[in-house]
Amino acid sequence: MTNFKPLALTIIFCFFVSSHCTIIIPKNNNGNLIQQTCKQTPNYEICIQYLKSDPRSSDADITGLALIMVDIIKSKANTTLNKINQLIKKKQEPSQKEALNSCAGRYKAILVADVPKSVAALKQGDPKFAEDGANDAAVEATTCENGFKGKSPLSNENIAMHDVAAITAAIVKQLL
Amino acid sequence: MDRTNNSNHDVPFSYVSLPIGPHEDEAPVESRGKWKARPVVFCGLLVLVSLVAFNGYKGSNGNITTLTSNEDLKQKTIPSHKWKPVSRGVSAGVSEKSNRLFTKSNNIGGMLFPWNNTMLAWQRTAFHFQPEENWMNDPNGPLYYKGWYHFFYQYNPNGAFWGDIVWGHAVSRDLIHWIHLPLAMVADEWYDQNGVWTGSATILPNGDIIMLYTGATDALVQVQNLAYPADLSDPLLIDWIKYPKNPVLVPPPEIEVYDFRDPTTAWLTSQGKWRISIGSKMNKTGIALVYDTKDFKTFERIEGILHAVPKTGMWECVDFFPVSTKLDIGLDTSARGDDVKYVMKVSLDDDRHDYYALGTYDENGVDFVPDDTNKDVGTGLRYDYGVFYASKTFYDQSKERRVLWSWIGESDSEDADVAKGWASLMGIPRTIVFDKKTGSNLLQWPVEEVERLRMKRCKFHNEKVMPGSVVLLNIGSASQLDIEAEFNIDKKDIEKIKQTNEEYNCETSGGAANRGALGPFGLLVLADEGLSEYTPIYFYVVKGSNGNLKTSFCSDQSRSSLATDVDKSIFGSTVPVLEGEKLSLRILVDHSIVESFAQGGRTCVTSRVYPTTAIYENAQLFLFNNATEATVTASLNVWHMNSAFINDKQVKLKS
Repeated sequence: MTNFKPLALTIIFCFFVSSHCTIIIPKNNNGNLIQQTCKQTPNYEICIQYLKSDPRSSDADITGLALIMVDIIKSKANTTLNKINQLIKKKQEPSQKEALNSCAGRYKAILVADVPKSVAALKQGDPKFAEDGANDAAVEATTCENGFKGKSPLSNENIAMHDVAAITAAIVKQLL
Repeated sequence: MDRTNNSNHDVPFSYVSLPIGPHEDEAPVESRGKWKARPVVFCGLLVLVSLVAFNGYKGSNGNITTLTSNEDLKQKTIPSHKWKPVSRGVSAGVSEKSNRLFTKSNNIGGMLFPWNNTMLAWQRTAFHFQPEENWMNDPNGPLYYKGWYHFFYQYNPNGAFWGDIVWGHAVSRDLIHWIHLPLAMVADEWYDQNGVWTGSATILPNGDIIMLYTGATDALVQVQNLAYPADLSDPLLIDWIKYPKNPVLVPPPEIEVYDFRDPTTAWLTSQGKWRISIGSKMNKTGIALVYDTKDFKTFERIEGILHAVPKTGMWECVDFFPVSTKLDIGLDTSARGDDVKYVMKVSLDDDRHDYYALGTYDENGVDFVPDDTNKDVGTGLRYDYGVFYASKTFYDQSKERRVLWSWIGESDSEDADVAKGWASLMGIPRTIVFDKKTGSNLLQWPVEEVERLRMKRCKFHNEKVMPGSVVLLNIGSASQLDIEAEFNIDKKDIEKIKQTNEEYNCETSGGAANRGALGPFGLLVLADEGLSEYTPIYFYVVKGSNGNLKTSFCSDQSRSSLATDVDKSIFGSTVPVLEGEKLSLRILVDHSIVESFAQGGRTCVTSRVYPTTAIYENAQLFLFNNATEATVTASLNVWHMNSAFINDKQVKLKS
């Protein structure tokens, strides 16, 4: 009889835990898709963070998640371009100014070419062009960063763009 | 400009150089004035010329030493640091699928390479098809009609990147000189509102022309539509009519609405019906659907599929055609018979490569069976091991040949494309025949009409190239060239080499910098004299464990440019070399595109190259041999190529 006590306790404990488990499961049942999708990207945490911060992600398919990421590329490019333009107005060393001008061109290309073609490709069902667009956004950011002789005033932005672009490309890849 | 990252860099003018004015270490743009002082190129003469060129190396006093015997032929050894990449671009080690993505790599001290207009303007080609501006991708509906070659293509009239796709149109008498015509089709119907996408032409026995193409509808469904010329008596086929009851095909229920595109040219079945195929996928298995029709307006879905290969993903731009196993001519798409094999080709969405397989076709069973199941569609041979996608053939009835078109995309950044205002080229059209000697692959070769662009020829005969050396070929500026070359490795060198289990893979080899006993050797194209930028096209031979030689053919972009935002992969593959064959290659250099063919077109590699320095008069051509043991003898013909003046013609048509 004393033998059954631990077993009984264990059983009761399991019921207790499992009933709690049912309470813990999140209501958003697209969380699973987001997790699965983000697991196949180079940066799971950042991927989850970005997607979950957008309310559209709760009922998006993979194409929808990719479109959310492209939107993030777009908004980051806009913010960075504004910062670049502010910096250009200030007094700069010639090489710094040259690097900033080059960066402006790079971020403009993201906005003018990469984002529109990625959106169109995802919506129209030929996602490979969105993969190209995302990959190119990363190249533009990295090239911008490498253009600075001294310290880059845009490191945070360039690294962020690179990471977001890499995640986007990896999500699009899942559609191919 | 510092050309190397090595502090004890060799004096650049220790190379065999052209007999020109004093060489100075300055930026190439400024040195243009100096190049004008160069004496006339001794082109067209034979051995004597090449001897003079190779021997005429310069001391610092400006004298040219002319030597007359072969023993005096001084070849320069190339310091090893010249082979290592100066700046990391997109390196070969990164898989091709993510080859545009690279981590925040070594900041090379703020070396900024903004693309200036001079560099960008040089990139436009002289004799490859491209529109005047903006974006182009897949070739569409190529055909020959009433004396004219017609070419249509995916085009964005609004920008240098994909989007707003419509059908561009151009015509030519010879596949080389093109005249741009008005757009053939635009997105003006609900069934192609979101894209007038890729399609193929079928010419009926009565002369009717049928165009089937994919439309992305207003509801974003991929459908197939019928179009035909408004006026068949117009040889230029300017105007096109879309069938009022389009679409003629919608995705079948088991296929996703966005996995249904690129209908093929039709072929006649023995029942007298027309049969087409459309690529798709089920999960990750690429498949080719089959439809029959009598009138191209109503279609019957044929049970089964033409072929399927697991794990290959979406099949785009399916092409299916017969080749003669006996004759070196092309066959009509409907041809059949005993001496006929079939080619099934697909473009894989997953990796942006075009694959093909040779096999047999059972019409009744609707079955394509590859000759070699280890080299199936999508897992085996590629038309081209470089940048080459969405290709499509057509039967040219006027010359009885099958001609292959392919889209050659850019390998640079979007920023540069937007700045230069255009993106993408077409490869030079190629004829396709069955390789009777190997029996297991196709041969591709630039159409003969391209040879009409050849101007003066420089001939080099039996140039011996010692291990570890580089030889400047005195041909003058080298941005537009047609090169045919043969290489021979000294038999003694081959015999004394040990056998090895080495498996050479161009893509992961590290390129021409990595020396083997019997390779690499070949040519450096788009190279500046100081070799700060160059693109090796080379053979690499391995003596295998049974004494047999295995040959690879590669194009190495790792040092093609000092810019950091261009692709620097190494492309290539093995190439069959049969008993008694010399190693032979052909290279078409046309500014930012290099197309290379080995062994008569058994292995082909197309590359995009974007030098910052090796442009205009600074672009040169070298022979090189970076093998450790093999002495190589090379004979070549190098032709300067004329422009095809493609974008100089404006056709004004009455509206």
